[in-house]
Amino acid sequence: MTTPPVARELGLCLCHSCGLACDMTHEPHECERCGAPLHRRKTNSLTRTWAYLVTALVFYIPANLLPVMNTKMVGHGADSTIMSGVLEFWEAGAWDIALIIFIASIAVPGVKFVAITLLLVTVKRDSQWARKERSQLYRFVEVIGYWSMLDVIVVALVASLVKFQALADIEPRPGILFFGLVVVFTMLSAMSFDPRLIWDEKPQAPHNEEVTDEATSH
Amino acid sequence: MKQLATEGAQVPGPAPIKTRRFNVSLVWIVPIVAVLVGISLVVHSILQEGPTITITFKTGDGLTANKTEVKYRNVVIGQVSDVELSNDQKSVNATVKLAKQAESFTREDSKFWVVRPRIGAGGVSGIDTLLSGDYIGADIGLANARGKNFKGLENPPPITYGEPGKRFTLHTQDLGSLDIGSPVYYRKIPVGQVVAYALDPDGKGVNIDLFVHAPNDQYVTENTRFWNASGVDVNVGANGFAVKTESLSALLVGGIAFRAPEYNPDDKPAAEEYTYELFEDQQTALAPPNGKPQYLALRFDQALRGLKVDAPVEFQGVEIGKVVSVNLDFDVQKRSFPVNVGIVIYPQRLGQAHQKMLKALNHDPNDEAGGVRLIGSFIENGLRAQARTGNLLTGQLYIALDFYPKAEKVTFDANVRPVMIPTIPGNLEQLQEKLEAMVAKINQLPIERIASNLDSNLVELRKSLGQFNAKTLPGVHNTLTDVSKTLQTANSTLQSAHSTLADDSPQREKLDQTLNELGRTSRSLRDLADYLGRHPESLIRGRPDNAAPMDLQGPPSK
Repeated sequence: MTTPPVARELGLCLCHSCGLACDMTHEPHECERCGAPLHRRKTNSLTRTWAYLVTALVFYIPANLLPVMNTKMVGHGADSTIMSGVLEFWEAGAWDIALIIFIASIAVPGVKFVAITLLLVTVKRDSQWARKERSQLYRFVEVIGYWSMLDVIVVALVASLVKFQALADIEPRPGILFFGLVVVFTMLSAMSFDPRLIWDEKPQAPHNEEVTDEATSH
Repeated sequence: MKQLATEGAQVPGPAPIKTRRFNVSLVWIVPIVAVLVGISLVVHSILQEGPTITITFKTGDGLTANKTEVKYRNVVIGQVSDVELSNDQKSVNATVKLAKQAESFTREDSKFWVVRPRIGAGGVSGIDTLLSGDYIGADIGLANARGKNFKGLENPPPITYGEPGKRFTLHTQDLGSLDIGSPVYYRKIPVGQVVAYALDPDGKGVNIDLFVHAPNDQYVTENTRFWNASGVDVNVGANGFAVKTESLSALLVGGIAFRAPEYNPDDKPAAEEYTYELFEDQQTALAPPNGKPQYLALRFDQALRGLKVDAPVEFQGVEIGKVVSVNLDFDVQKRSFPVNVGIVIYPQRLGQAHQKMLKALNHDPNDEAGGVRLIGSFIENGLRAQARTGNLLTGQLYIALDFYPKAEKVTFDANVRPVMIPTIPGNLEQLQEKLEAMVAKINQLPIERIASNLDSNLVELRKSLGQFNAKTLPGVHNTLTDVSKTLQTANSTLQSAHSTLADDSPQREKLDQTLNELGRTSRSLRDLADYLGRHPESLIRGRPDNAAPMDLQGPPSK
């Protein structure tokens, strides 16, 4: 074996709080030095990731169907959904802005769904395929996670700034709430996923994962 | 670490692996909640889903899919979801999604119209849409049946359903300057408006629907008269010049005014949809009702220049009708062109006289033959029509019906319709005839002969005058000279007499003295008379010696 051994092979587990390498021979629940709970992998990782992912997917539907904001220009109001906004910009010739909104609001969540699903499925099947690339994919998903909040921030900003009574008025609509929830849950989903699972070999012990239910998640 | 591990191993206890109480992780609650939220959204939106209707407009002006709203009393009750051309490309179909609570707007007779800025008879409306954009106005119908397809109105209905008030119908010959929205005035206060108008089915009149708002609708009674208050009513009468108009707005856009006659007993508020006649103006509206018209025919043998259709017909000075036709006719027998004049009279305009007459003659106004007989008896008594000059300046004629007992008898044919009333020539015509007769008589005079006789007489006269000049005048001249001489003599005589009587002439002096003497004489005579009065005995005895002197005193005491 060219690679150095992993912690489990040495019967050790790193305490997340104080960094002490604990001996896991007797499966202690707490760090003997600082008392923090010990677990080799993130608790209940796959289930939680799936749950959050499903939640995000459910919220993704109203987030796209419901209007995200209402623009009132000289008394003439109109609701707009994310997609209608993109189309409006596109038709108005502002293809660059349309592209930005499209990527940030529609493409990125979509990419995240696909990526996390891919990671979950491969981990479940103990796939040996492209482990390194999958790790990179995971990091990429984590990094772009909060950029999706761009939409929510834009709506929050213009809704609070554009208040000119009858002349112009912008108000948020429930769609943006669901959109924000989608972003939050995809981020939770990504955080629940333990990238180390990508590298885990077929388990020798039946208690590799899902050690406890009561342990708090990160 | 090692120590701890060995210590831990020494302690016997339960297995360190905890068994899961549930097969399913608690984290699945999160997606379940999300699904529930999603389902609740769907259910909510399904429950909120209202009916979808299609409204047909002539144009899609101002209609935008997903933007144009449907409002009722300025509350949004729906939204246009689609605007597209109809299949025959002649109109625009707007699909409207109504809100759940606006379900009642699907009643069959609900009305929809596009609210735009409008400047019309009733003022300016829809100004707010200048900023907000057009919207669709709606009004709930009353029918129970539901509809899916509606025809959009081009103009907003002036009256919404459920507005308190009453609708009435007016019948008139033409619309005049009225329009939907034209005001209705009662004592110059606007109380309603015209809501609709339509031609009669036979096209011979116009029916105008108007709406009078509550509570003023109670003033519309069964005897109320409506008249057209459009424009200006200029009156030139004995009292001068009067201009009347309802209001400036009525002047511009027309209007209707109504009022009941001052004296009208047993009047009660009119029921909904009561039908009235629309009069030309207030005067005709408030005049007593005309009653049943009676058509009569007149035949004049003289030209009737100045007799126009609508000229008044007067009976004993009261206007009871008007001329409806003036036509030239050709009389085959007389080879002349008489004028046929058709008139219509309203016997009821005679008022009391008419009623009393009906009572006295026991006549039923609906008995036509009886009415003709009545007219026949009038004609027997000398009823004649005459064309009189109403205005000497313009030569306007009117027809006068009057009794001329001396008029020559005419046979009355009771079977002719319309009833024919015999005529007599007019005043001017009579005068003309008399003048003509006079001229004819003058024409008949032997002016030629008279002139020649006169001429010979004049010749004679001239001869006589010549003789007179030649013979008589010289003698006269001599006589006059003699007279002149005599006068001169008389004059000189008078002058001598004058010189005789001059102041300083001796004759005058002597005359004065004579007169003085005469005076004295008369005084002594009076003395004598006085004395003799007191002493009459002295005539016999003579005057005593001691007789008192002439001082009238008694003798001095002896």
